[in-house]
Amino acid sequence: MSLLDAKIPAGPLAEKWSKHKFNLKLVNPANKRKYDVIVVGTGLAGGAAAASLAELGYNVKAFCFQDSPRRAHSIAAQGGINAAKNYQNDGDSIYRLFYDTIKGGDYRAREGNVYRLAEVSVNIIDQCVAQGVPFAREYGGLLDNRSFGGAQVSRTFYARGQTGQQLLLGAYSALNRQIHLGKVKMYTRSEMLDVVLVDGQAKGIVTRNLITGAIETHSGHAVLLATGGYGNVFYLSTNAIGSNVTAAWRAHKRGAYFANPCYTQIHPTCIPVTGDHQSKLTLMSESLRNDGRVWAPKTVETAEKLRKGVIKANEVKEEDRDYFLERKYPSFGNLVPRDVASRNAKEMVDEHRGVGGSGVAVFLDFADAIHRLGRDAVAAKYGNLFDMYYQITDEDPYTQPMRIYPAVHYTMGGLWVDYNLMTTVPGLYALGECNFSDHGANRLGASALMQGLADGYFVIPYTLGDYLATIGPKPVDTKHPAFEKTKQDVIAYVNKLLALKGTKTVNEYHRDLGHIMWEYCGMARTAEGLTKAKGLISALRADFWKNAIVVGENEEVNPALEKAGRVADFLELGELMVDDALMRRESCGGHFRLESQTPEGEALRDDEHFAFVAAWEYKGDNQPEVLNKEVLDFEFVHLTQRSYK
Amino acid sequence: MNLTLKVWRQKNAQTKGAFVTYKAEGISPDMSFLEMLDVVNESLIHKGDEPIHFDHDCREGICGMCSLYINGRPHGPKDAITTCQLHMRSFHDGEIIVIEPWRAAAFPVIKDLAVDRSAFDRIQQAGGFISVNTGVTIDANAILVPKVIADEAFNSATCIGCGACVAACKNASAMLFVSAKVSQLGMLPQGQPERWSRVQAMVAQMDAEGFGNCTNTGACEAECPKEIQMTNISRMTNDYFSAKLFREEHVHDHASSGE
Repeated sequence: MSLLDAKIPAGPLAEKWSKHKFNLKLVNPANKRKYDVIVVGTGLAGGAAAASLAELGYNVKAFCFQDSPRRAHSIAAQGGINAAKNYQNDGDSIYRLFYDTIKGGDYRAREGNVYRLAEVSVNIIDQCVAQGVPFAREYGGLLDNRSFGGAQVSRTFYARGQTGQQLLLGAYSALNRQIHLGKVKMYTRSEMLDVVLVDGQAKGIVTRNLITGAIETHSGHAVLLATGGYGNVFYLSTNAIGSNVTAAWRAHKRGAYFANPCYTQIHPTCIPVTGDHQSKLTLMSESLRNDGRVWAPKTVETAEKLRKGVIKANEVKEEDRDYFLERKYPSFGNLVPRDVASRNAKEMVDEHRGVGGSGVAVFLDFADAIHRLGRDAVAAKYGNLFDMYYQITDEDPYTQPMRIYPAVHYTMGGLWVDYNLMTTVPGLYALGECNFSDHGANRLGASALMQGLADGYFVIPYTLGDYLATIGPKPVDTKHPAFEKTKQDVIAYVNKLLALKGTKTVNEYHRDLGHIMWEYCGMARTAEGLTKAKGLISALRADFWKNAIVVGENEEVNPALEKAGRVADFLELGELMVDDALMRRESCGGHFRLESQTPEGEALRDDEHFAFVAAWEYKGDNQPEVLNKEVLDFEFVHLTQRSYK
Repeated sequence: MNLTLKVWRQKNAQTKGAFVTYKAEGISPDMSFLEMLDVVNESLIHKGDEPIHFDHDCREGICGMCSLYINGRPHGPKDAITTCQLHMRSFHDGEIIVIEPWRAAAFPVIKDLAVDRSAFDRIQQAGGFISVNTGVTIDANAILVPKVIADEAFNSATCIGCGACVAACKNASAMLFVSAKVSQLGMLPQGQPERWSRVQAMVAQMDAEGFGNCTNTGACEAECPKEIQMTNISRMTNDYFSAKLFREEHVHDHASSGE
């Protein structure tokens, strides 16, 4: 085990980033065109980075597995984006956004990084408005804000319930302009399958063309991964079907440490699972808890009748209902943070008080809100969400309560990066959700979009130059033997997958893995359960390499092959997540260990032993990974136990 | 539910395609249309057959990747949703469902039900942007936009680029798609400096890609999952003629902008 240095600049919080920017080396404007930069992933972080670096004069090669950069999953973000503009004059500031984010992350994020994030948040809004992003506005023509995720100030900018879409299309338009100008070469339907190291430095990638199957090599002076989160390790999540960990995982196997993999965010208000056929879960915006009341029946008998359809939700008398969040958290009520709301819903289901056909759901009831505000007012606020719910469930939330249940939504863990966003592999960077750096153990609402764009627009354009200036513009040639060697490794791996002609589909393995992860490494974790999960995943992985079926061949469009590679990586990641969760014998943010609770049953941190980032080092196939620690120093904030009673 | 599917199968752009009949059995009305296809594909894989290829990703109606022509309508029988949001309860037991790819010369088939929509990206690359580099220092609230304009620009900006408008149009016209972006940027104050060059550049690229012209049938608007309105086409046409008749010189500025 070694200690990691995050290279956070010394000095007062508010001066760290400015000083650091001044100390970073610059690349001469005339020399920028001599550098090639590879960007993998074209969501908010990757799209913003590719466009901004091309504007500076670098030659960018951008890659995405979708048919267009506009499809990246950033597009699905609903709620909004935080920025410390204080346009509402309600007491917001950079420091307050910083403080809320550190506290919300349950004191498991770096002060220096989070302060920088809050600092550049204001520039993001300026940038997006200049691009023509149509944010919501007030009648005077100024930008509108709302309060989001229990924040005490209104700092969230939004574009109806489609903020991610509008921000992504803004980044996409900036990217398109650079493609048009010839500064970005865009490779769509291309999946990165490995990173090429030359003398220990990242100098290129190996990709598979998803149309022709061609395995290709691409060189660059640096490689930027902006490939998103790994929530699909749970099979069912709110992520897109194609979201995967492959690029990040293959980089991990080439030496990039993977940090805090067990930190996953489980969002409390999603539409429940209806059956084994289900392929994904749909989020219902957090804003619904502003007016909806969460409840479960008081007794198992009533719940049983509801599950069997003997009675309907509306027929349950007031005294037979348990508004459990209001009962347990009188001051925050239904607006407790995501992790707390999720765990309590699970508790109801575990006590057999869950509802719906499967019994794995609780109610979110709008009857009071409709009575108080009128149906029209509720429709004006939540109409599109109610329609979406009706479309999926065929139930009318105006006349009966919604059924909701938590679902995997975001992953705070990811590739370890230093303050410059560089991984432990020189020249290899990680941006956006695929790195671990800013959200600690729990992400606040409307912060994911902020971080992705901060990394892409305002951090990497500065920090990358420092590295490039150091290594110099000497061209990187794909004729170097390291490229051919890595390419052959990939071809061998693809052939190994194609040779699988067993009896069980890759999707079935994925579903089995998801069940294990959800059961033992989901909302509540124990040493016993995690140990069991490790054995189960290990056995499942061994079985995969014997009994999976992968149809077709390489030289064609072959989604079965694509999926096989992604699931193989999830099977390895799953084990690491379990190891990480087992090692962290405290509860913090989204990671709840039943062994570590307060007397009231709330998450109990152990700052003395666990105020560190766990960065795991790959040591070879079937070898245990080695834990490296980055100690988290809190110079400016005082660590407190969160309480929402 | 038990259903009969008639699915377009085509190995690649070079090969001729044909309809193949499949049985979809034991389908739950709660499944989405794509989940129903997942079930069929799983059974095909178990038999060692090649699964039916279709594009999809977010499965919540926003990424614009899914694109099926179902019983003669893009995204199926219901209005204002994408295929991934269509549920099997919209069909009845025993129904025959015909599934085809988008059909347009500018959208060549890649495999089975997936088509190449990169023409859409090239149109956007030709001018669907505001030339502004990262790092502007104008405060966001220094640009005032009347709410009614901001809301209308937002309505145009909700286009997901799925291509249903082209698939629905008898001329395979992309006017609704192109006009949505032209309108969004043309209405906003930030988009004014390049307004005339943008419309000309985007229309020129649209023509070069081989999309047909608009004859005001309105199928695009009727089938658009995001309910983008034909008003956008009127605005684009207006700007286009305005640019052609009075502002021709502006188009030449566009290609060099930003350098």
